[in-house]
Amino acid sequence: MSDNTTSIVLAGVGGQGILLASSIIAKAAMIAGFEVKMNEVHGMAQRGGSVIAQIRYGKNVHSPLVEEGTAKVFASLEQIEAIRFAHYLSPDGLAVVSTQTIVPVTVSMGSGKYPQDVKQRLEKIFKNLIIVDALGKANELGNIKVANVIVLGAISRGLDLPLETWHEAIKSEVKEKFADLNIRAFEAGRNS
Amino acid sequence: MELLSGNEAFARGAYEAGVTVAAAYPGTPSTEILENIAARYKKDIYCEWSPNEKVALEVGAGAAQTGARVLVTMKHVGLNVAADPLMTLAYTGVAGGLVIIVADDPGMHSSQNEQDSRNYAIFAKVPMLEPSSSAEAKEFIKIGMDISEKYHTPVIVRSVTRISHSKGPVELCQRIQPRTEFGFVKNPQQYVTIPVWARKMRVQLEEKLGQMLQASNESPELNRIEWADEELGIITSGICYEYVKDIWPTASVLKLGWSNPLPDTLIKDFAAGVDKILVIEELDDILELRIKAMGIDCIGREFIPGIGELTPSVLRQCKAKMQGEEYIVPAPVEESKDLPARPPVLCPGCPHRGVFTVLAKNKVVVTGDIGCYSLGSLPPLSSLDTILCMGAGISMAHGMDKAKANHKVVGIMGDSTFFHSGITGLLDIAYNKGASTIIVVDNRITAMTGHQENPGSGKTLMGEDTIEASIEAIGRACGVKRVFSINPYDLAETSKVIETEINTNEPSLIVSKAPCPLAVGKPVGHKRNVDAEKCKVCGMCLKIGCPGMEGGEKGQVPKVNKLLCAGCGLCEQVCKFGAITMDKEI
Ligand SMILES: Cc1ncc(C[n+]2csc(CCOP(=O)(O)OP(=O)(O)O)c2C)c(N)n1
Repeated sequence: MSDNTTSIVLAGVGGQGILLASSIIAKAAMIAGFEVKMNEVHGMAQRGGSVIAQIRYGKNVHSPLVEEGTAKVFASLEQIEAIRFAHYLSPDGLAVVSTQTIVPVTVSMGSGKYPQDVKQRLEKIFKNLIIVDALGKANELGNIKVANVIVLGAISRGLDLPLETWHEAIKSEVKEKFADLNIRAFEAGRNS
Repeated sequence: MELLSGNEAFARGAYEAGVTVAAAYPGTPSTEILENIAARYKKDIYCEWSPNEKVALEVGAGAAQTGARVLVTMKHVGLNVAADPLMTLAYTGVAGGLVIIVADDPGMHSSQNEQDSRNYAIFAKVPMLEPSSSAEAKEFIKIGMDISEKYHTPVIVRSVTRISHSKGPVELCQRIQPRTEFGFVKNPQQYVTIPVWARKMRVQLEEKLGQMLQASNESPELNRIEWADEELGIITSGICYEYVKDIWPTASVLKLGWSNPLPDTLIKDFAAGVDKILVIEELDDILELRIKAMGIDCIGREFIPGIGELTPSVLRQCKAKMQGEEYIVPAPVEESKDLPARPPVLCPGCPHRGVFTVLAKNKVVVTGDIGCYSLGSLPPLSSLDTILCMGAGISMAHGMDKAKANHKVVGIMGDSTFFHSGITGLLDIAYNKGASTIIVVDNRITAMTGHQENPGSGKTLMGEDTIEASIEAIGRACGVKRVFSINPYDLAETSKVIETEINTNEPSLIVSKAPCPLAVGKPVGHKRNVDAEKCKVCGMCLKIGCPGMEGGEKGQVPKVNKLLCAGCGLCEQVCKFGAITMDKEI
């Protein structure tokens, strides 16, 4: 809990594009002049399991791992994953949750239920909450793959990194031909 | 300055160190090292996926004996496979630098066990370096090469998941130019380990260890003391150093980057300067026992767990416990208690699903193996009964058969695993007159670890076209007469062949052939729909465990998630009521 280190946790389901979103945050923080550490999940858990990525930036950062209860911003690309990993957020932190639903196979097999009251739960857990229809907005932009960058736009509202650094980071992390689309996605999220 | 993962930094380190040959077999969390070498430095570094880790290390040994600088990488269990060459390579030593990166997986994020590779350095009598960040990951490869050449020994660099898969800032440097000519200099007394010469090498090995011990005491860039408070001194290595700096910011720290041979005088100096010593190490209590054996009092395992990975929160708890206090790590919120679990699953469109759907219907014991098909062990397919190590899927089937088990046995493994260590097992079955039914799920790629090429893929790591080794032909060459190729998306055919072979009293090899759709980057076919009129909600389509088919509350018609459906059509084939139809969309 080094006092001047900012921690961010992203949650979601393997394959949703968490790695890109976390790379962009890390890059933006680096461009802004901070030391950055970040951790991501590869391997087994990527096959459709729950995954998280952790980013920390500040003047002098040691551990790449975020302690539970200390993240300044917590975001989830899937609704119930937001609930599963909510305990990473600090009490006064910002939560960003995409309304996307991915039903786990365990539900289809009848060994679990996808809760029907997700919105109420989210509102109860998070004091400071932004809910985004990232998939819907991504559809409007013509490419569902940018849902993660829309969430990123909303995340940026809780972080003190200048707008230009975000744009620069996006340009450096996505293929050139998708840069414009991703910047529009980012703006859509930031203004949501 | 660049933000690199540990694995990217290892690759960069190899490049900067003037490495010209790199060999590996993939394995999480080590895989991306060679992928990065191939993606960025293949102009300067020859790199290959070897069929297994033993081969990779032997390729590395050969290259190093010509004077080349060589990198070999693997996951922790890979070193078990490569242990044979390692043990004796320590005796012969190397002419050019040879660094072996071994990536441990504390917490078993993606592994079948949690073995601590530091034991191997002691066991094999070779030096071990343990970087704590991406910056050190790069630097330690270069230092490791120098140590390797200076003492003519292979050097192990130990990574862990949190080093390999964490990113941090790295300063890039120029490549040290490799020599321009390579060649083996004959010297049988050095390279031929017949007993008469090996005995001499054995003595030299101890001499080298003595010299390295002195060096590890006098290498501040690797082993350093950070003096601060006198009350508590912490001895630690690798990633734990970073956690210690967060949790005990005011303690004195002895940071071990060169942990074998263990720098004894440095430890004594450190012990003399602090009141109390705490040893923080992930997994086995190797440092603690050796420090205690030096007659130095210290605490460690009493407060620091030896099972699972250490994290800043775990250590914050340990710290509180040591101070007689309690620190409660924020737990998952109350509202998360009834959430459905989300375990990893076979992807939509995975060709392995067809084979497991058939196996699930048959009363057989399935000796399995490690790969995506390991997921066939989980519900609802639940049809894989053992996983031991790579290769065991075939050999264990033969063992059960020879024990005259009172049930049928099917052995199953993937193509990459077959090339890794399945061939010898199959040869055993043919040679020793077994009768097992072996299924190789051949998706022409090493999928589980993220799609690496293998001898069946037709491409090398460097992107060149090459042979596509045929599993059927290898099976026949081993002497198996009943060899079949099946299309796993055709359930009728798959089940006919498997069921016939299970009941045949002869060895058989069934090769299930279909490329991994993820690797090909294309869906298998047209998406499917559920026709609510015809659906009787029998649940059959849910029993194949496809994430693309979403079941709802009891009595509700399942629906296809169009974002996920890959159009393999298995659900359509298991539906008895013709309620699943093809969409126009692919
Ligand atoms: C000795 C050893 N090396 C590497 C690994 C990592 N690993 C697990 S599964 C696997 C390969 C799986 O490929 P394949 O058999 O083709 O099956 P697929 O995942 O493609 O279905 C590897 C490399 C391991 N578990 N053990």
